[in-house]
Amino acid sequence: MPTEPVIEVAGVTKTFAGVRALSDVDFTLHRGEVHALVGENGAGKSTLIKVLTGIHTPDSGHVRRDGRISTIYQEVNLVPLMSVSANLFLGREPRTRFGLIDRARRDADAAELLSGYGITADVRSPLGTLAVGEQQMVALARAVETDADVVIMDEPTSSLEPREVETLLDVVRKLHESGIAIIYVSHRMDELYRICDRVTVLRDGRSVHSGPLRDLPRIELVSLMLGRSVNEIEKHGTTAFGEDHHADTQPVLEARGLTSKPRVNGVDVTIRPGEVVGLAGLLGSGRTETAKAIIGALPLDGGTVLVAGTPVPRNVKAATRAGISMLAEDRKTEGIIPNLSVRENIVLAALPRLSRFGVISRSKQDRIVDTFITRLRIKVSSPEQKVAELSGGNQQKVLLARWLCTEPRILLLDEPTRGIDVGAKAEVQALIDELAREGLAVLLISSELDELLDGADRLVVLRDGAVAGELEGAELTREHVLKAIAAEVMDDADSH
Amino acid sequence: MTMTTTRTAAARTKVLQRQGAAVALVLMVAVSWLVFPRFGSPDNLRDLALQGSFLAVIALGMTFVIITGGIDLSVGSVYALGGVLAAWGSQHGFLVALLLPLVVCGLIGLVNGLLIARTSMAPFIVTLASLLFARGLLLVITDEGANTYQIAADSAFVELGRGTVFGFGYPIFIAAVLCVLGGVVLNRTSFGQNVFATGGAEQSAVLMGVPLAKTKIIVYTASGTLAGLAGALTAAYLQSGVTVIGVGLELDAIAVVVIGGTLLTGGMGTVLGTVIGVALIKVIQNVINQIGTLDSNYQSVVSGVFLLVVVVLQRVLRR
Repeated sequence: MPTEPVIEVAGVTKTFAGVRALSDVDFTLHRGEVHALVGENGAGKSTLIKVLTGIHTPDSGHVRRDGRISTIYQEVNLVPLMSVSANLFLGREPRTRFGLIDRARRDADAAELLSGYGITADVRSPLGTLAVGEQQMVALARAVETDADVVIMDEPTSSLEPREVETLLDVVRKLHESGIAIIYVSHRMDELYRICDRVTVLRDGRSVHSGPLRDLPRIELVSLMLGRSVNEIEKHGTTAFGEDHHADTQPVLEARGLTSKPRVNGVDVTIRPGEVVGLAGLLGSGRTETAKAIIGALPLDGGTVLVAGTPVPRNVKAATRAGISMLAEDRKTEGIIPNLSVRENIVLAALPRLSRFGVISRSKQDRIVDTFITRLRIKVSSPEQKVAELSGGNQQKVLLARWLCTEPRILLLDEPTRGIDVGAKAEVQALIDELAREGLAVLLISSELDELLDGADRLVVLRDGAVAGELEGAELTREHVLKAIAAEVMDDADSH
Repeated sequence: MTMTTTRTAAARTKVLQRQGAAVALVLMVAVSWLVFPRFGSPDNLRDLALQGSFLAVIALGMTFVIITGGIDLSVGSVYALGGVLAAWGSQHGFLVALLLPLVVCGLIGLVNGLLIARTSMAPFIVTLASLLFARGLLLVITDEGANTYQIAADSAFVELGRGTVFGFGYPIFIAAVLCVLGGVVLNRTSFGQNVFATGGAEQSAVLMGVPLAKTKIIVYTASGTLAGLAGALTAAYLQSGVTVIGVGLELDAIAVVVIGGTLLTGGMGTVLGTVIGVALIKVIQNVINQIGTLDSNYQSVVSGVFLLVVVVLQRVLRR
């Protein structure tokens, strides 16, 4: 084991607006190791990373860095309008002998480099035209190629497909072999145990454990993160999905032959009250687009959406009135309004219902907001706190509350647990369960197979925007789903 | 299959967005050439180019500002101030006449940039304030416009505005050189890449190590300096520091930049597009003047319609 530390943090404390994000945290990163940094939502991981990279200055304690640090964030932090190659080389472009940027060489270098990451897209096209997973890969390539001594990866796989995850883990291994130290933040246990040497666990802003990962049983790691005893976890498990939901008679949502070119080609989905239907498929198979087509956010080329047997007009407003709500995949751009308070974010969608002659009743608002903050266990200092100050999991709960207070009959959830930690994830999953038990019809989109298998009563597998299979009961196993996905891959191979 | 369709669509969008103004310009010129016999005359074309060169110098700076996601409302006033300072300075010789407006207007731009970059004040507000400031300063210097400084007709400074090569005025060459330089800086230097990154996604740019503050300070300083230069050239051409010019000129500059395909929200744009935008506006003005019977205020009407069409197209094509 290498011993020389490249980052050393001792007794660091950081406070934001009276809230202690880190208190007396110790952290040591040795040269050439892959170090897992884990912890619940709001445990202080992001703050610690920002202290390491120098974005935040600690209130007290010491930070010693020895080398260049490069960070990959959970959300892609690149410039969508600039070309892929410009993003990749921003700040260190190859030059001609006149000192100008050599665009031809930049593009050629980018294409060659990215092919090593499994990206074949035109490097001259704007980054924003790539799929999210590909963008994440570009961000990774950028971080890695800056000759860093330390690479920090904050949930790098949260938007990747299984195949892309493998590519990423290969890259991590290569980096490791070349002697670069890596801090790996993830909630996916499998990945952590596959690639990490050591682990540091943060809980409530404190470092509660640090040591070799391999010797640490998974259940103990989870118990350290959650601060609950091993017994308790063994009894309840780490996913919070409970028993199957009993599907009622008549479907409340029927989508027939939904077509919205090019991503959705004739999808049928029915959901009964109290039922959770999972939408599975690879990235780009049309999962999100199907949900958007159902709620009327995408123009339809064909098909109908019926709510309790009545056709719904093709716009979001009518769909919402008919009782359909959608929690969008990308919190940052499609849902949360960061500068508004928790209260304002929650009541946003319900405003028409809360107002009379355009005047909004504040007392009604407060009542509703208080109910949901308690019920969804949203951690806030007050309802007037800005949403931007909350952790990812709590932001997600705020969004969930927003749609729940419109009293929907059908809830479309697009990756509801993406980028939130084990504890918050379990809570969100338990909530989905609870809501379904109360009779809500839920469409659950997730790229995590376990979440779908545990949470859904029925799975609809999509492929190229069409239904490739429906799995129910005993068919709800990893093998069956993978078989459907494998079939898709084989079909792909045939058509080429 | 789907991939190719999207790619072709994207390529088509790109062509329309980038070359829409160019296509309109070619059509305008072709029709005008056929309909108005005087339009194609060398004299008219030279005059057109000269008139366009002053606006082009201002719009060049505005292009950089808008690509960073900002706006500079002060350029109209700064332009007028530059002209007055040049005229006043001409009594002390060529260098003073040229450098005084560049330095003062550059300083106004620098203050704009510092305020926008260091405090998080909106560019709209900051440059609105300097619009008022520059116009006020101009009125103080000229005794509320009662004093119009003249430039001696035989001075070297007048030559800068009125001198010609093959009949083409010096300002045309100055504008052309600056625009070529601007294009190279924008596309082929780190600074240019930083300008795009700043306007494309400010938060990401910070994380990618782009010096945001420095980039903003430079673009606003450049915008102020270029507006001052345009003012000085205009003064040299008119042989006096006219106090009433430049009112609303900032809006013309913004219009030509946007017509040229630069996104008003930042992150995307070209200098060539801006030059085409300038040419388009000037051709329209020229044609309306040729018609003669038409009220010259129709210039603004037509420019406005063009701007609207371009902005609507940008929106539609971005989907």
